[in-house]
Amino acid sequence: MIRLNVNGKQVNVDVSPDTPLLWVLRDALNMTGTKYGCGMSVCGACTVHVNGSPMRACSTPVSAVVGQKITTIEDIDKNAIGKAVQAAWRKHDVVQCGFCQSGQIMAATALLASNKKPSDADIDAAMSGNLCRCATYVRIRAAIKDAATGLK
Amino acid sequence: MSKQLHNRSQHSATARSETGLSRREAIQWTLIAGGGLTLAALSPSSGSAQGTSVMGASKASSAPFAPNAFVRIGEDNVVTVMCKHTEMGQGSYTGLCTIVADELDADWGQVKAEGAPANAALYNNLMWGQAQGTGGSTAIANSFEQLRQAGATARAMLVSAAAQEWKVPANTITVEKGVVWHKPSKRKATFGALASKAAAQPIPTDVKPKDPKQYVYIGKRVTRTDSPAKVNGSAVFTQDLKLPGMLTAVVAHPPRFGAKVKSFDGSKAKAVAGVVAVVSIPSGVAVVARDFWSAKKGRDALTVEWDESKAVKISSSELLAQYKTLAGQPGAVARKEGDAAAALAKAAKKVEAEFVFPYLAHAAMEPLNCVVQLSKDGCEVWNGEQNQTGDQFALASVLGLKPEQVKLNQLFVGGSFGRRANPSSDYVLEAAFIAKALAGTEHGSAPIKMLWTREDDMRGGYYRPMYLHKVSAGLDAQGQLVAWQQRIVGQSIIAGTPFEKMLVKDGVDMTSVEGAADLPYAVANLRVDLHSPRPGVPVQWWRSVGSTHTAFSVETIVDELAHLAGKDAVAFREGLLSKHPRHVAVLKLAAEKAGWGKPLPTLRAGERRGRGVAVHESFGSYVAQVAEVSVAKDGTFTVDRVVCAVDCGLAINPDQVVAQMEGGLGYGLAAALSGKITLKDGLIEQSNFHDYPVLRMADMPKVEVHIVPSTEKPSGVGEPGTPVIAPAVANALFAATGKRIRTLPISTADLAG
Repeated sequence: MIRLNVNGKQVNVDVSPDTPLLWVLRDALNMTGTKYGCGMSVCGACTVHVNGSPMRACSTPVSAVVGQKITTIEDIDKNAIGKAVQAAWRKHDVVQCGFCQSGQIMAATALLASNKKPSDADIDAAMSGNLCRCATYVRIRAAIKDAATGLK
Repeated sequence: MSKQLHNRSQHSATARSETGLSRREAIQWTLIAGGGLTLAALSPSSGSAQGTSVMGASKASSAPFAPNAFVRIGEDNVVTVMCKHTEMGQGSYTGLCTIVADELDADWGQVKAEGAPANAALYNNLMWGQAQGTGGSTAIANSFEQLRQAGATARAMLVSAAAQEWKVPANTITVEKGVVWHKPSKRKATFGALASKAAAQPIPTDVKPKDPKQYVYIGKRVTRTDSPAKVNGSAVFTQDLKLPGMLTAVVAHPPRFGAKVKSFDGSKAKAVAGVVAVVSIPSGVAVVARDFWSAKKGRDALTVEWDESKAVKISSSELLAQYKTLAGQPGAVARKEGDAAAALAKAAKKVEAEFVFPYLAHAAMEPLNCVVQLSKDGCEVWNGEQNQTGDQFALASVLGLKPEQVKLNQLFVGGSFGRRANPSSDYVLEAAFIAKALAGTEHGSAPIKMLWTREDDMRGGYYRPMYLHKVSAGLDAQGQLVAWQQRIVGQSIIAGTPFEKMLVKDGVDMTSVEGAADLPYAVANLRVDLHSPRPGVPVQWWRSVGSTHTAFSVETIVDELAHLAGKDAVAFREGLLSKHPRHVAVLKLAAEKAGWGKPLPTLRAGERRGRGVAVHESFGSYVAQVAEVSVAKDGTFTVDRVVCAVDCGLAINPDQVVAQMEGGLGYGLAAALSGKITLKDGLIEQSNFHDYPVLRMADMPKVEVHIVPSTEKPSGVGEPGTPVIAPAVANALFAATGKRIRTLPISTADLAG
C-alpha cells in the first residue's frame, strides 16, 4: 500500500511503486480529469500540482510523491487563483476539444500563483510546455490576463 | 472529409446504386433503411430514439416531450438537443443547440447537448446520403434547416398545449426565453410544466421556421455548452470511461505497415502483475490488464516475431524520387481548358516550380482509443465516434451481427482532425477484435478499453499523404495570366474506401486535386493532372483534405505571378477573380483590416519583416489571411500577426467561427513550421511530440478574425481556416527575404541572409 495526499485527503493505493502518478490518479483513484497525452513530459496534458508547483504526472513515479501535497484539476476550484482561472476559461470560451485544458488550467494557475501580472513573454515561458492541438492559445493568453486582473 | 462529398449531398442511395457498388459498399451504404429519412427523423415514431449518456440510460430518453429525433423536454424544464454530430472541439454541440434553442425560443441556460446514438435512419448526415457521421465541415450546413424545423415544431406543440390549457387562441400566445406567455391574461408557464401536455398534441406538419430577423441566438454570442465540463475535468472522453469490470488493452503493432504476427511469446507479459490475457488479433498482439500501466508493462515484456513478407519497406527519399519521375509523365486529367502547353510555350514570362509536401499525422491530443463490450445480444461501443454508420456496419460484419445489434455511444472527442472517421474503421475494429479474442474466456463479457499510446498513434498510419506538385504558369506581355499547368503526384485517400465510386472519376481522386482543379483564377489554358501511386502507406483525410496542399501551391504561385507581373498581390488576384465575388470580398476585407500596403514597423532590431496574403475556398466557405512575419539573420522567424477574413454564409455562432479560424490556422501553421512524418526502410522515424513538434504557445501569432456579414445558407468552419495560413506565411517570407518556399515544413536554413 502506498499512502498519498491527494486534494487534501489521505488515500491508500495498491500499486507498484514505479507506476506513474498519472495512472494512479486515473486508474486507481478514478480521477480522470488529468489526461494522458504523451507519457514523456512533452505535452503537459497530465499537469498536476505537487506542493503547489506544476509537475508532469505521466513521468513522476508514485513513489516520488509520497508525503507531498498533490492537487488535481478536480480540486483546483478550492484555490482562489484556480477558481479565477476556470472562470476566465469559461468567460473566453477557451476550450475546443478540451482534452488538454485540465493541464492548461493547472499550468496557468501555477503561473499566476507565482506571478500575478505575467507579461506575454512570461506566459510563453510558463505555458509553452502545454500543447493544444486545437491551438486555443490566443484565448488561453487572453484568459490568463483576464484572470490576473482579478487577483490581489 | 472532402468537398466533393459535401457537394454530392444531393445524390441519393439510388444514384449511387446506379454506379454499381461492390458488395462491401453495398453493405456499407445501401442496407440502411431507404428514403424519407428526414421525414423519419421528424416523425412521431422517432420519439422513441434513445440517446445514451455515459454509463447508463439518458435522462433525455425519459423526457415526456420528444416530438422528434432531436428535441427532448423534461418536466425538469431541461431542453436536451440530441446532437447527431460529434463534438471534437469544433463547437458542433453549441451550434446545433443554438439552432434548436432559437426556433424553440428557449432560454440558453436550459439547453443541454447530448450525443445522439448511432441510428442512420434518424441521424444521417444529410450531405452524406444515408450515412451518419461528422466531417467535411458539414455539421451545421446539413443540420440547419432540419433543426430549425425540429425546434419550430416543438415550439408549436408547446404553444398548442398552452392554448388548450388556458382555453385561448394559439395566436395570442408568445414564447420568450423558455417561458410560454398569454400576455392578455398575464398567464405563463415553463416548457417543463407544459411538456406532458405538449406531448399529447398532434404533430403539425406545416410549421414555418422564424423570420431571420427574429433570431435571438443565431448570429450572436452564446457560451459553449461544453465549457463548464471541460474546465473542471468532468467531461468524459473515451480515455476516461469507467465501466464495471472493465479491462484495459494495449496492442503491440508491427513496426512496418503490412506486416503480420508470425509468432509471439506472451509468457513474460502474463507474468506482469495485473495482466490477465495476451491475445493475437489481426493488427498485432493485445495485452489485456486490470489497468493501463500493467498492460503497458506487459506489452514491454512481450516478444513478437513479425512476418514482413508483405511489409512496406520504402523510405521517404525513395518515394520522392519515384514521385519526381512520375511528375515528368502526363497523368490522369482532372481539368483541361484550352491548351496549356501551347500557351506556356508562347508565354512572355513563366514560373515553374516543384513543391514537396510530407506525410502528416493528425496527432490529436487524445491518442486513439475505443471501448467495446460484447454480450449475447450484440456489441456495445463507447467512442469519440465520427463515422457511426461506417463503424456500425464494419463492426457488425466482423462480429457476425446485424448492424442494429451494434450500439454506439457518443463520447467527447479529444481532437480528431479527420482521424476518427477512418474509412477502414481501423482502431474501432481493433478494439472489437480484442473483445472477440476474449470471447468464451472468463473475460468474454468484460468491457475492453483499448488505449493507444502516443507512439502507437504517431506510428499508426492513416496520414495526410505525401505529395509532389509540379506547376508551370505563364503571363503574356501585358502581365495577364494565360496558362496554368499543374501535375499532382500522391496517394489517393479515397481509393479502396466505400467512397471510391463516388469520388474517383476516370482515375482522378477528386480529393487529391480539389483546390487546384477548381482553380478560381481566370485562365484560358488550364491543365491539372494526377498520378496516384500506391506505396502501401495508409493515408486518410486530414483537416481540409486536398486543400492542405493545393492551396499552398496555387496561392504561392499566384503570388509569384503577381510579382513577375509587377503587380500588387491583392490587386493581381482581384483582377483574376471577377467571377468569384466571395473570394474577392474576403480578400479585400483581410487586406483592409491588415493595413495591406502600409509599411510594417520593425519589431526587433536587425530582423527582416514581410507581409503575405492568401485566399482559398474549401467546403463552401471562403477564407483570406494576411500574415506578418519577422525573419532573423539565421533564417528563424516568427509569425507575429494574422488577419483573417471569413465568409461562411450565415454565422450561427460568430464567436465559434472566430475560434475555428484561430484554431484552424494554428493547426495549419503547426504543419507549415514543423509537421513531417518520414519513413526509413518502412519504419516511421517519428514517435512523439519531441520529434513531431507541433505548435506551442510561443509560436502562436496574434490573430484577428473578421466575418463577412451574410444571409447565404451556413457553410462549415472546422476546416477552411487551416489551408490558407501556410501560403500566407510563405508569401510573407518571400516579401521579407526574397526567397520562395517550395517544401513544407519550411526550412529556416533557406531563409538565412
